[in-house]
Amino acid sequence: MITHTHRPLRVVLYEGSGAIPLPSEARARVMAALLDKGYAVTRTGGGGAPAMMPHDERSLLVLGLFPEQKAPQIEDVTGLVKVEARDIAGLEVEEVVGLVEKSRGDTPMNEPGRWKPWFPVIDYTRCTNCMQCLSFCLFDVYGVSSDHKIQVQNNDNCKTNCPACSRVCPEVAIMFPKYQAGPINGDEVNPAEAGREKIKVDISSLLGGDIYSALKDRSAAAKSRFSKERSPDKALDERKKCLTKLVGDGFIPADVLASLPSPDEILRKAEQAKARAAAALAAQG
Amino acid sequence: MPESPPTLLYCRCAYAQVVPNGVKNEVLQGLCDSGASFESVSDLCEMAAHRDPRLTALAACGKLRIAACYPRAVKGLFQQAGAPLAEDVEILNMRTLTAPEVVGAMVQS
Repeated sequence: MITHTHRPLRVVLYEGSGAIPLPSEARARVMAALLDKGYAVTRTGGGGAPAMMPHDERSLLVLGLFPEQKAPQIEDVTGLVKVEARDIAGLEVEEVVGLVEKSRGDTPMNEPGRWKPWFPVIDYTRCTNCMQCLSFCLFDVYGVSSDHKIQVQNNDNCKTNCPACSRVCPEVAIMFPKYQAGPINGDEVNPAEAGREKIKVDISSLLGGDIYSALKDRSAAAKSRFSKERSPDKALDERKKCLTKLVGDGFIPADVLASLPSPDEILRKAEQAKARAAAALAAQG
Repeated sequence: MPESPPTLLYCRCAYAQVVPNGVKNEVLQGLCDSGASFESVSDLCEMAAHRDPRLTALAACGKLRIAACYPRAVKGLFQQAGAPLAEDVEILNMRTLTAPEVVGAMVQS
């Protein structure tokens, strides 16, 4: 599980009491530019409900148009948050972004464009805890909680643009919010869609009902007949023959195929996952 | 005693362009022009991936209206980040609704 998070700065676009409202278009453009750089921005208007997100323990940068272009000196009463106010009169959008970047300094921050947040999201209103996803995923994305429930434990291991586990889920309970099409993207599931997803699952039965069993059988057969010929390259070819079918059907992206573990590792992982799934199911009673 | 107004949250979906640019720009413009105070984040998926504690803060802030994507996905993201949303949270889907529909629902009293 990823637990790190870089939040060096919270930006507040202040247009409340004592500040001059920004021109409409400039306001939206500044906000869009900052959001597209990865910042969270609070817009504080002159009216309506106050923004509610509590500030964290880091820095706060308040931007606005202030009388005589003089930003007020602001201090956090608790002394925990460093608050800086800057007047942005006359600055172009790029200059405002530059000012924010300068205020952030060298502190690292997650930024759009460098990484795609691609990971499965379980819809627990549909999930029946069948553990099929746990058995299926080769990359240890799934795990079991202390109360024997399936959960996403290793986001980082998920292969970008691979939604294969969502296709094998018999309840269509696995979503990838960044996927284009429904219901994988989180769109509502209707019975016909659920049926279609299940038909896709049947592709793996072409390999004998279980892709891992098929791989294992092929590996065992190869070992007995051609034990001296058996090599990682041959096994790789066999594995690719199995999986190329899935790639060809759009079941998994081609680059996922290239990044699969070795055949032995696949078998080992499959056995491990199956054992974990069986243990979790048994624990459920 | 009047009911306290909801917290408004706008997701930019900046890490992947699955929300139409025109819609998300228009929604942002509409929220800005409404005069309302609101929170905006670069990408809820990115925050959920990192188990961002601010999701917990948002989920706990009472009445909440979110302009993002599919409600099922948004609820799942918050839940997976350990910050389940209350039942009455309103989620407006910028992947399927028009910008005026989203803005209208967000800023309605």
